[in-house]
Amino acid sequence: MKKVTVYITLKQGVLDPQGKAIQESLNSLGYKEVEEARVGKFIELQVEEGPDLTERVTVMCDKLLANPVIEEYRFDVEEAEAL
Amino acid sequence: MLQTHDISPEQIERDKLYREMGLSDQEFEMIKDILKRLPNFTETGIFSVMWSEHCSYKTSKPLLRKFPTKASHVLQGPGEGAGIIDIGDNQAVVFKIESHNHPSAVEPYQGAATGVGGIIRDVFSMGARPIASMNSLRFGNLNTDRTKYLFSEVVNGIAGYGNCVGVPTVGGEVQFDDSYEDNPLVNAMCIGLINHDEIQKGIAAGVGNTILYAGPPTGRDGIHGATFASDDLGEDAAKDRPAVQVGDPFMEKLLIEACLEVIHSDALVGMQDMGAAGLTSSASEMASKAGTGLEMNLDLVPQREQHMTAYEMMLSESQERMLLCVKKGREQEIIDIFEKYGLKAVPVGEVIEEKVFRIKHHGEVVADIPVDSLADDAPVFHMPSKEAAYYKEFQKIENTAPFVNDHAEILKQLLQQPTIASKEWVYDQYDSMVQTNTVVTPGSDSAVVRIKGTDKALAITTDCNSRYIYLDPETGGKIAVAEATRNIVCSGAKPLGLTDGLNFGNPTNPEVFWQMEKAVEGMSEACEVLEAPVISGNVSLYNQSKGKSIYPTPIVGMVGLHESLEHITPSFFQKAGDAIYLIGHTKIEFGGSELQNLLDGEYKGKAPAIDLEVEATRQKHLLEAIQSGLIVSAHDLAEGGLAVALAESVFAGKGLGADVHLSGEATVELFSETQSRFIVTVKAEDQARFEKEVKDAKQIGVVTDDQTLSITVNEAAVIQENVNQLEKLWREAIPCLLKSKA
Amino acid sequence: MKFAVIVFPGSNCDRDMYHAVKDVLKTEADLVWYEGSNLENYDGILLPGGFSYGDYLRCGAVASTSDIMKQIKVHAAKGKPVLGVCNGFQILTEAGLLPGALLRNEKLSFMCHQEPLVVENNETIFTAAYDKGEVVHFPIAHGEGNYFCDEETLKELKANNQIVFTYQNNPNGSVEDIAGIMNKQGNVLGMMPHPERAVEQLLGSDDGLRLFQSMIQNWRDMYAANA
Repeated sequence: MKKVTVYITLKQGVLDPQGKAIQESLNSLGYKEVEEARVGKFIELQVEEGPDLTERVTVMCDKLLANPVIEEYRFDVEEAEAL
Repeated sequence: MLQTHDISPEQIERDKLYREMGLSDQEFEMIKDILKRLPNFTETGIFSVMWSEHCSYKTSKPLLRKFPTKASHVLQGPGEGAGIIDIGDNQAVVFKIESHNHPSAVEPYQGAATGVGGIIRDVFSMGARPIASMNSLRFGNLNTDRTKYLFSEVVNGIAGYGNCVGVPTVGGEVQFDDSYEDNPLVNAMCIGLINHDEIQKGIAAGVGNTILYAGPPTGRDGIHGATFASDDLGEDAAKDRPAVQVGDPFMEKLLIEACLEVIHSDALVGMQDMGAAGLTSSASEMASKAGTGLEMNLDLVPQREQHMTAYEMMLSESQERMLLCVKKGREQEIIDIFEKYGLKAVPVGEVIEEKVFRIKHHGEVVADIPVDSLADDAPVFHMPSKEAAYYKEFQKIENTAPFVNDHAEILKQLLQQPTIASKEWVYDQYDSMVQTNTVVTPGSDSAVVRIKGTDKALAITTDCNSRYIYLDPETGGKIAVAEATRNIVCSGAKPLGLTDGLNFGNPTNPEVFWQMEKAVEGMSEACEVLEAPVISGNVSLYNQSKGKSIYPTPIVGMVGLHESLEHITPSFFQKAGDAIYLIGHTKIEFGGSELQNLLDGEYKGKAPAIDLEVEATRQKHLLEAIQSGLIVSAHDLAEGGLAVALAESVFAGKGLGADVHLSGEATVELFSETQSRFIVTVKAEDQARFEKEVKDAKQIGVVTDDQTLSITVNEAAVIQENVNQLEKLWREAIPCLLKSKA
Repeated sequence: MKFAVIVFPGSNCDRDMYHAVKDVLKTEADLVWYEGSNLENYDGILLPGGFSYGDYLRCGAVASTSDIMKQIKVHAAKGKPVLGVCNGFQILTEAGLLPGALLRNEKLSFMCHQEPLVVENNETIFTAAYDKGEVVHFPIAHGEGNYFCDEETLKELKANNQIVFTYQNNPNGSVEDIAGIMNKQGNVLGMMPHPERAVEQLLGSDDGLRLFQSMIQNWRDMYAANA
């Protein structure tokens, strides 16, 4: 078993009003140093290992987990902890 | 945090661990008497949730008995998931209001969302399709970041759940007052529609029948939510965060569709949702109502987390779960229906003859309790009551009019008071139109929802001016009911009945209990005179923080029936040239008024007086006039008095204005909050007939098309304002307050 | 003409769509459960609003991968009409039947009220009964209706007259005020505003009637031509 962590974010250039709201809120709390905040998704998968794991996860991302029109993704693979 | 392992019954008694679960020494002694032995940990937990105010009404029961609950059209009064009223043609309306105050104070989004989910389940568990929701909300003044956060997140939570589940949120009310600063009120009401032959009850009847558990697996959510809801909200409330349950509106939507399909199967005996106190309350109440017992094996209960104890499973408040009683041998038919919607239904127990609630876990009996001791025979306490000291003082204050120099300026300020200002910021976030029945959308006196395939519609409103009730609980209680009937009647409907959401402070304080007692007495009398029986309700006590109780807030959720779609009447002026009438006489009454709040920053004196017989007569005449087609628009006078009501009547984007002439003392005529008054508009050609039908009506002006609100008193111009500018102030007040830095 | 109103788990405007077509327009329609149904005998597909699969992951994403979408793609390829409203529009973009994507509203919150729309293209099977430039009133009810596409797609949408409706007062931040677009072939329309909520004057507007009437009239004309 492998633990795959997929990070999905909005592409640069796609307006992220949620990120903007977070940035403004942090600024108003006094954290003036925050210049940008981007909000994304984080998905954990427990996947059976195999030689084509990276390929399979890439297809999963393209097909369902991310929308290529607006989002980009990356993922990490590590040993799964025992359940 | 208590661990259940290895805690012996003796230890519970010796270390008084029951107190941490909310049971008193006296109650623990009663439990020992009932069981004739010491309760174990799980049993103590079960008693503590079932004997909480939320489930047992132990302190409010003697008061609730005063409410009139019967009438020929009432098919189901208090005691089931929701009440039911006949509306003819084999149809009935099902409704109830419920509070989710304490969870919302701790985690406003989920607290409000699960409040909406819970009340919707109460309605569809009766077999009814939920057709509309409403919310009655109270917050502190919008001048702290915390209050703004609570307000925004509560609205967000209601929207997040309600929009997804596909039940339109058609309105409600929001009021702001310092007394709610740390203890907001979130009361959610749901209305459903049902055919008479589809009515279900939450009963576990028929010895040998199977108990099915339906919905998502049980986790450790909201354990002790029911006692939490009945407990004083302490300083460290934020630490209680894990006690708040998380809602899944998608699951609820599937559950609605599955349950409404299940009711058509004659394999179903009874059904109840797992609300507060989850599995414990639904199972014991279903058995108690049927006069049976119930045996359940917890090993069969679907579980989301590992190593859950019996205590945790019995008290879990995981959401979107139902308990069903199904005829033996026919379980699969029901299981298949749930399966179609991707939901699990599994047998977890059976109905037994012996009237006990018996729970097994890992092959052992972990609870064995007489069923009735958890439900009907739960203890009732008669609390001491004492007239509040402040009340005596307030009653000595003479009614006088405050001094106002610039009436136009005061009107502008009143329109920007958050309680009066437009709530568009709130209701625009709600899907108010899904199901395509909403004829009158949020923002009017009542929402109106038509019933497809008929000429009928339902009017729905929630009301409660808690300032009046604080000043004078009995009079204020009467006003709360009367205001709701006024709103229903103005929309052209006849009141059918009401559900009450009683929110009070700490009942062990005799002055708070006195408020409860008097408010309920006032409400009961108004229910009798105005012919609106109480068919369901909810009690939320211990609403206080930092030792101060909230204003007594018994919210009235009322439903009325339009016998014809033609009777639906708007609250806004419709056409230039129509005559404006004021029904009722204005007296010097500023106790608890918005003007008093604005000028003095506090409430004192006497609440406005109310004569219920006069109220009933006026409402009757007004409704008859509406039904005979004489009324173009109707609006009741409430916070801010006549001037605010007139302004609201021209805020509909129709480009209208009003030319009004009054006589008397300007401040009184414009801003007094005398009860039982209405403004209506009438076409010129109908004026003579109208005046004959409606007594107490006096023409005060005409609707104009010049977009000016023009009011003279004793022929002197006191208000001459552009409608668009007034409307802008009124519309932008709340968004503006939310944006401003605290 | 016979319509299929597709019901996904979590659809919640399915009955409203059915009511509009069946009860108001007196046209044949069925509520069609997403699983185990055959769409061959239907002339038009209606994808209603709601929160299919709770809108978890992304609005419409899970529904767009369901088996019934394969049938809908075949149906669309044959040139038969498909209308997606609100969540239905989101499903159509996720399924690749329409370009672009729907983002969260610029102001982040859900909004529900009537909006004035401009009919940008009345030479479609969905809008033939409207005038070009006409302003119509439809309710909106969405949290993620902010239409987004890249420059190139936008150019293409314009060049092919695929923009069917725009907002008069853009409520959600959509690119070029876009409220509804169709595919190049002109038989798949997706829109955030709800025509099925605007078919009775009692509820505030009946401007949506003509959208359905246009579809029905087009089908009749085709049917007559083929007969």
